[in-house]
Amino acid sequence: MEKYTTFEHDVLIIGAGGAGLRAAIEASAAGVSVGVVCRSLLGKAHTVMAEGGVAAALANVDTRDGWQTHFADTMRGGQYLNDWRMAELHAKEAPERVRELEAWGAIFDRTKDGRILQRNFGGHKYPRLAHVGDRTGLEMIRTLQDHGIHQGIDFHQEITIISLLKENDRIAGALGYDREKGRFRLYKSKAVIIATGGMGKIYKITSNSWDCTGGGTSLAYHAGAKLIDMEFIQFHPTGMVWPPSVRGLLITEGVRGEGGVLKNSEGRRFMFDDVPDLYKHQTSDNEEEGWRYTQGDKDAKRPPELLTRDHVARCIYREVKEGRGTPHGGAYLDIAWIKSKISNAEVHIKKKLPSMYHQFKELAGIDITKEPMEVGPTTHYIMGGIRVDADTQMTDVEGLFAAGECAAGLHGANRLGGNSLSDLLVFGKRAGEFAAQYAKEHSQMQISEEQVANLTGLAEKPFARYDQENPENPFQIQSDLQEMMQDLVGIIRSEKGLNEALESINKLKDRAVNAGIGGNREYNPGWHTTMELKHMLTIAESITRSAIERNESRGGHYRSDYTEKSEALGQMNICVWKTESGEMQVEKIPKKEIRNDLREIIEQMK
Amino acid sequence: MALVTFNIWRGSSEGGEFQRYQTEISEGMVVLDAVHQIQAEHANDLAVRWNCKAGKCGSCSAEVNGHPKLMCMTRMSDIPQDKDVRIEPMKSFPVIKDLVTDVSWNYRVKQRIKKFKPRPPDDEDGTWRMAQDDIDRVQEFRKCIECFLCQDVCHVLREHSLHDKFLGPRHLVYTAALEMHPLDVEDRLEDLKKTENIGFCNITKCCTTVCPENITITDNAIIPLKERVADRFYDPLIRFFRLFKRGRS
Repeated sequence: MEKYTTFEHDVLIIGAGGAGLRAAIEASAAGVSVGVVCRSLLGKAHTVMAEGGVAAALANVDTRDGWQTHFADTMRGGQYLNDWRMAELHAKEAPERVRELEAWGAIFDRTKDGRILQRNFGGHKYPRLAHVGDRTGLEMIRTLQDHGIHQGIDFHQEITIISLLKENDRIAGALGYDREKGRFRLYKSKAVIIATGGMGKIYKITSNSWDCTGGGTSLAYHAGAKLIDMEFIQFHPTGMVWPPSVRGLLITEGVRGEGGVLKNSEGRRFMFDDVPDLYKHQTSDNEEEGWRYTQGDKDAKRPPELLTRDHVARCIYREVKEGRGTPHGGAYLDIAWIKSKISNAEVHIKKKLPSMYHQFKELAGIDITKEPMEVGPTTHYIMGGIRVDADTQMTDVEGLFAAGECAAGLHGANRLGGNSLSDLLVFGKRAGEFAAQYAKEHSQMQISEEQVANLTGLAEKPFARYDQENPENPFQIQSDLQEMMQDLVGIIRSEKGLNEALESINKLKDRAVNAGIGGNREYNPGWHTTMELKHMLTIAESITRSAIERNESRGGHYRSDYTEKSEALGQMNICVWKTESGEMQVEKIPKKEIRNDLREIIEQMK
Repeated sequence: MALVTFNIWRGSSEGGEFQRYQTEISEGMVVLDAVHQIQAEHANDLAVRWNCKAGKCGSCSAEVNGHPKLMCMTRMSDIPQDKDVRIEPMKSFPVIKDLVTDVSWNYRVKQRIKKFKPRPPDDEDGTWRMAQDDIDRVQEFRKCIECFLCQDVCHVLREHSLHDKFLGPRHLVYTAALEMHPLDVEDRLEDLKKTENIGFCNITKCCTTVCPENITITDNAIIPLKERVADRFYDPLIRFFRLFKRGRS
């Protein structure tokens, strides 16, 4: 039998991005022993790439802001499919979560009177995003990391989890291996928190780092947790389109927040041409007013470039499709034009958008203070994920919790920019708190040797298969999946395409079980990729099946064969889970009835 | 498109050697793209660390033709392609496999530096006031992505292997960010002098040169820290000499 090393923690956290670290800090503060496993080195998680800011109604810049407005904005952005209780908790608790980061050493940009500065962002009525230039995510993860390393948390770096372990329907731990040597590790724990982020890597064009394969969401699914809203994927409107090797890399919405405008090849600001009814009363109808809004004029309405991401992405897609795209198939995003408005534009742009300046200069040879950028939609975020209890973040599996992007509910059909960083703070903290409480109230389950032996046996198979005739190349399967998802389950979907996608996923599954890999288990990316395929295919299937079920267009889900919203489906979330026989089951489940006081807030702010 | 030859170091802590690979380079590719292409086509088990591929996570540090670089931010068009391109792991850290090194020492050093300790809040609601002017320089230090390229080129670590005595430029930047944080009230100067041996740095500025975030490590972080240490531990002597000089004149 394969040897393995055993580790024991009261609470085990899988993932060390913002949500995982915040959960770890909270759980350890509650006095339980905490282990954090992460696939990369500590501090490298995808959170570092978050740029624009963290949304919280601090009301530092505009005193009219408050949790009610943030709540209403979040619900409107999510097209009312959000879990209203999560949206309420999020809006109420985000300010405190941001202030507490400052007590741990974070340094946000300041207002003139020395408070945390807040900026405008799409879908937020008031300037609400606390930020540090355009590297807010890095500031957050580093603050949590540097605070967390002094809290007595055990960090297990570069560990991949292959399976969650249950006994008697309760969570008992997880099995994984260290990437360095490929040695198996058994983690026993009373509670487990999944905080593994998103799944952008199942698409070809994405802003996400390699880690975002949907791994944790899939682990939870296979352990019996239900997933909801998987059809809702945010295609961020502004990814880089050139050069090819960086296609998809994010350009922060902050560029538009600072006054950047979108134009087609004819020089037209096409965003004025199509403003959805839900937002008409909040959107300016002339360029002058839009500019004043970005410069802090409280009486001005926002420019149409700052409409929700799903809408802006589809408008760019339309311009390109109808032949008004840029040379490399995108739209122009121009921030350089502000030099006609302010005198020190070049310095201002470099100060406000340093990473963007750097990124274009280094990777595309373009100076954004002088020339426009070429941009196009990129897979950015999944609103759906593991279904959780709004207050405790517990999933449908006893003792299993989830927080951050891998959990679902807060964002409904579309997420507002800035609500992700606040999501992971608010619900990371809650997950940590309630997982610790759960661990105190429950004992450690025994884990059967047989279960462990089965899993380690499976994990070693790819090496044996390498010696068979014509083993499949795992990298090839991965890239075929990415191409297919991009083409068939992307920004515009149809039933025909989605059914083709399902067929394709089945074929890829057959190929994946034949993937073979040479070498040994020591730091072997081929093996890592092979182990990842199962998860990527699970997530791809859940997105595709959910997308078929929702035959309407709403938020991040657009169907060319059902272009309108359906009132009936506006009352439903789509839920998938694994049946006893191992099949994926899909079902529509009705939304919870919203509390009256919250309904009134929404009505007042409409 | 051009067929380019790469010499990539393959091996483990027990030794290794350069191996030759050829791959097609297309417009706009960076070195990391080439490495990934080689991994997918010829060497599935070629070990390389990476995460964001956007110069933000600091994982893909390596030496390209002898220069410490983030592979994701090094464009192929900026290096000569008619000669072999040599890629090898960072030299200041032990090799795990191929291009992956053991950087865990950095995490241990950071942990022993005293954590952030703020003064009591300025306001009853628990918040502080800070002027943007006062935080600009700390924000510069906080741009650090912990790629450890500065540690890789630091002579004290690279040539003299004094890892157990000296914290390296990365952690001097980290300490500077804490010491110059307007809210911080902790004192790290004695540690800097006695256990972390800031004096070992002889300000050759190699660290500043390689920093992909363009942090002016030496001028803005290390020298001011050295001055603070000098003020604390040597000032009385200087004052004594000044007195002496004044008395003489």
